[in-house]
Amino acid sequence: MTATAVRGIGVPVKRKEDPRFIRGKGTYVDDVKLPGMLYMDIVRSPYAHARIKRIDVSKARAMPGVIDVITGEELAKANLAWMPTLMGDRQMVLPTERVVYYAQEVAAVIATDRYIAADAVLAVEVEYEPLPPVLDPFEALKPDAPLVRPDRDQKTNHIWHWEAGDKEKTDRIFQEAEVVVAQDLYIPRIHVASIETCGCVANYDPATDKLTIWMTSQAPHAHRTVFSLVTGIPEHKIRVISPDIGGGFGGKVPVYPGYVIATYATLKHKKPIKWIEDRSENLQADSFARDYHIHAELAANRDGKIRALRVKVLADHGAFDAAANPSRFPAGLFSVCTGSYDMEAAHVEVDGVYTTKPPGGVAYRCSFRVTEAVHTIERMVDILADELGMDPAEIRFKNFIQPHQFPYKSPTGWEYDSGNYPAALQKALDMIGYRELRREQAERRARGELMGIGISTFTEIVGAGPSHTFDILGIKMFDSAEIRVHPTGAVIVRIGVQTQGQGHETTFAQIVAEELGIPVEYITVEHGDTDTAPYGLGTYASRSTPTAGAATAVAARKIREKARLIAAHLLEVSPDDLEWKDYAFRVKGAPDRYKTMQEIAFAAYTNFPLGLEPGLEAECYYDPPNLTFPFGAYVCVVDIDRGTGQVKIREFLAVDDCGTIINPMIVEGQIHGGLTMGMAPALFEEIVYDENGTMLTDTFMDYLLPTAVETPHWKTAKTVTPSPHHPLGAKGVGESPTIGAPPAIVNAVVDALSHLGVRHIDIPITPAKLYRILQEKGVAE
Amino acid sequence: MIPGPFRYRRVSSVEEAVSLLAQLGSDAKVLSGGQSLIPMMKFRLAEPNYVIDINRVPGLDFLEERDGLLRIGALVRESTIERSPLIRERYPILHDTALVIADPLVRNLATVGGNLAHGDPANDHPATMLALRAQVVAKGPKGERVIPIDEFFVDTFVTTLEPDELLTEIRIPVSPPRSGGAYLKFERKVGDYAIAAAAAFLALDESGLIVQAGIGLTNLAYKPLRATAAEQVLIGQPPSDELFREAAELAAQATDPVSDLRGPADYKRAVARTMVFRALRRALERAQANG
Amino acid sequence: MERVPITVTVNGRTYTAEVEPRLLLVHFIRDVLNLTGTHIGCDTTSCGACTVIWNGRPVKSCTVFAVQADGTEILTVEGLERDGQLHPVQEGFWEEHGLQCGYCTPGMMMTAVALLAENPDPTEEEIRAAISGNLCRCTGYVNIVKAIQYAARKMRESATAGVGGA
Repeated sequence: MTATAVRGIGVPVKRKEDPRFIRGKGTYVDDVKLPGMLYMDIVRSPYAHARIKRIDVSKARAMPGVIDVITGEELAKANLAWMPTLMGDRQMVLPTERVVYYAQEVAAVIATDRYIAADAVLAVEVEYEPLPPVLDPFEALKPDAPLVRPDRDQKTNHIWHWEAGDKEKTDRIFQEAEVVVAQDLYIPRIHVASIETCGCVANYDPATDKLTIWMTSQAPHAHRTVFSLVTGIPEHKIRVISPDIGGGFGGKVPVYPGYVIATYATLKHKKPIKWIEDRSENLQADSFARDYHIHAELAANRDGKIRALRVKVLADHGAFDAAANPSRFPAGLFSVCTGSYDMEAAHVEVDGVYTTKPPGGVAYRCSFRVTEAVHTIERMVDILADELGMDPAEIRFKNFIQPHQFPYKSPTGWEYDSGNYPAALQKALDMIGYRELRREQAERRARGELMGIGISTFTEIVGAGPSHTFDILGIKMFDSAEIRVHPTGAVIVRIGVQTQGQGHETTFAQIVAEELGIPVEYITVEHGDTDTAPYGLGTYASRSTPTAGAATAVAARKIREKARLIAAHLLEVSPDDLEWKDYAFRVKGAPDRYKTMQEIAFAAYTNFPLGLEPGLEAECYYDPPNLTFPFGAYVCVVDIDRGTGQVKIREFLAVDDCGTIINPMIVEGQIHGGLTMGMAPALFEEIVYDENGTMLTDTFMDYLLPTAVETPHWKTAKTVTPSPHHPLGAKGVGESPTIGAPPAIVNAVVDALSHLGVRHIDIPITPAKLYRILQEKGVAE
Repeated sequence: MIPGPFRYRRVSSVEEAVSLLAQLGSDAKVLSGGQSLIPMMKFRLAEPNYVIDINRVPGLDFLEERDGLLRIGALVRESTIERSPLIRERYPILHDTALVIADPLVRNLATVGGNLAHGDPANDHPATMLALRAQVVAKGPKGERVIPIDEFFVDTFVTTLEPDELLTEIRIPVSPPRSGGAYLKFERKVGDYAIAAAAAFLALDESGLIVQAGIGLTNLAYKPLRATAAEQVLIGQPPSDELFREAAELAAQATDPVSDLRGPADYKRAVARTMVFRALRRALERAQANG
Repeated sequence: MERVPITVTVNGRTYTAEVEPRLLLVHFIRDVLNLTGTHIGCDTTSCGACTVIWNGRPVKSCTVFAVQADGTEILTVEGLERDGQLHPVQEGFWEEHGLQCGYCTPGMMMTAVALLAENPDPTEEEIRAAISGNLCRCTGYVNIVKAIQYAARKMRESATAGVGGA
């Protein structure tokens, strides 16, 4: 058995999931069709804040084909008008008194076909008494602000206060520091907008007394547990199936009211209920990301050595705290904001605030607020460089945590596992020709042309997470794998994570192929069905490889250890006389006496040593000892059109380090996609509300996803610094580019204008925004 | 996402279409490409009781030069304009325009006639037609009439077409020698409407002076705009960057854009200036190449 | 409620049905014909997930009424594979990792099929322009371009080898 035959770690194996997708034979939730299926559509509020005076469903009910109209009043009788959120708050499923965001779910119609359901939604009459919206989190904290959540005991729009780091030490350093730079940054609300919207088919079958829910879910087990807690139905009677998911990126982690109402409806009517939201509904009401108002300061020596970071954040959480963070981290992993830099101290404070907007916070490939954290530090480092007249690459080299300092304890308490930041940045600078670019910039500047070079060197933090620190609703964030080897040497693997395009059916098979020496084409990976997959916390925050990938490797190694005993039996030697080499157990000193896993598998069922349990399978629930810390160095080159304010990305090089790479083709694809989702918020995307709290950007006409024309041809490269604690040395990569790209782009644009005194621009850097700056600086055409 | 109910009538001649329109009036909407109408119907912003599908009417998809005119049938698809060698070589301003309408898939169905008849100041062809001094041919129960483009656009989504008239043809004077045009659109991304777009058409005499000038503006006022003051400042003058800047400034001043998500009004005016200036330079390049 | 009889040929097979005039072509394909490979991703004709080839041209089937398709021919993703042989575009997407979640892929591939029928050797710029009506959130488009270039190469090779293209 050879590496070429096995095609395990490091091989760009063609994806095993593709055959069905390229034939249009994927099964996405809207493809699920069951006999007697009914359709659900939702009536939504046109007001951001209003009292509900009256709901008249009579016209809708009277329409032919309309089966039911469900309101909050009915749900309240079943104790379902409210549900718990993943953050320990509660959220309305359907309102009984008030609505608290534009497009909030107000009622649901059930009909025999989706066209009738759409008509019926328009026939439901709701009388509202508009109330003043609460749209600005700073205003929301004022004593006279309208209360978004009168249902809470504490009559305030302030949700929580969270701190990390050493305030006293940090303040002392700031007091004595030679240089202090400060900046306000606003990272606006954005929406992940995967091409498939959210939805479910909920089917209660009275014959089996079982509730099955096909759902756009990134975490089917966690959702099953939540459904059980919310409905009172025991977990063994609930089956959640994530079939094929058309993109998740965090948007398919929250439990949306639509899922709960559909579940209620199927329990009531004992018929399958399909609910698929429109794009408009998806943008209007589903979980957002970002919306952080940041005030950041860096204290440093005059020679550019950073000493401390101080950050205060006001986090706009919408009307319910329904972000999907680990429970002890209401601000996610934002405190990783000291970034790739060694410093003496840091202090971070975040305050969450209610506003009359939809709930959420971490649904856009952000790794639990690491996008916000890295944006902050990477901008501040450039601002410090600008203050001191230093080159942005030079200041980074000066401040990097050095390779010998790993494992590195950060001032906010994270232990970075491994990294080599100087190598990554040097590689990026060399590959892109940094010195030549600076020369070119000087020439162009002399001609009045605006060209910029931006750098971002980020540290990511993924793989949530160790049980001593991480849980969601109390459930620890381990993950799992179950592996069974069949007699003829084929394998089935079931994992607790849930792909939405990341290629798990291929990459996890490669892990097992490598560990067991079985060719990857004989290995099937399943996940997403809670009836069969082992319990896991799902896929988001780039956690699958660090957690379930580790679980898979460990489970495979357990199998290998049992296989050793069988091999020893077959070869009539002691287990200690064998070594696992070149994908077989070989007798030490006599390597042509060996047994492959195929031979051992057959023996596991036909010729196993007496006293050893037959079969060949194992499972692992992996509690990671730490998070993992991917990192990267990105360089972006931009040209600015002085006549329109348009930013053109001329070139973008991403050097990423995610430790051991399982499938380089898949990793590269993740990076291309992540860079595009980093560029989008930097230049194009923003959720905008008017003064009434009505969302203005609720279609793709105004919520601007980049096409292939706006997107540059991304250039990628890598360094490899394995994680010392991960069984494969692998770290995870999906969100690194979404994290590293925006500051690289902003840094480039600011760099293009720095000679004019520009120091910071908030994203998105739209042409209109940039043109205004060009005008102010007298360089607009 | 789901349109309201309606009755569907497919017609196989212009006469049939006109007769139905005369009968139904504002109860009916004409369906050609459908790429503006159907999206509006899906949001129930348009809820006609009748939709009259004219896509199978023969003889409305001609594209030819005849008797001193470029004649474009109302059902000519934008993708046809995009691919036509005739347009590319002799009317590149139209090629420019078609290329930036929506996206390539929409262009396979969207029609030039529809792009004008919709009366949307955000559509791209109106500005180009204004710059080219086109004419629109409409057929109604009382017969055919030829409408100069300057009279065609009345208000936002309102043209001079009567409810019982069908737009059947667009006529453009064949380009004289030493003439050229260009259409430049600045949009936030492919598929968007313009932040500002400008159509510029120039014709030069033998000594190189400008004898004809047409400047049309997209999405910069309540209806498609012709920048007449800007045009006038060009006539009889030798072309130069300075002159074009002056014209661009006048054109920008003639606009009255709304502030919206695409930007504040003064920004759009500034971009209009940039687009007009650049379109004039490109038109000049083409005019000089045709000399 | 008016119902209109229509006859539509999809992937070489002819279907008749009676449909509401307002039934969108994409819903006809997905819900009436049960060909669920064509997907819906937006409500403003923006994303292209619903792209099919209609009388030889790629169009967004969410912005066409099924009644308009009476008497016409439609090719959907399910019609690309012939006699167990993948279309070079399908092969290209698989070889070059041109898909991740797969949701935009059918629409993207139909646009690619139409592009290559018209332009057998497109430049990268031409490819990007051709797919600018198809949104992808996963891939960042780089490998989609490569997939289409792969297919173009394969189709040019079999054309010069004298074998009819798919």
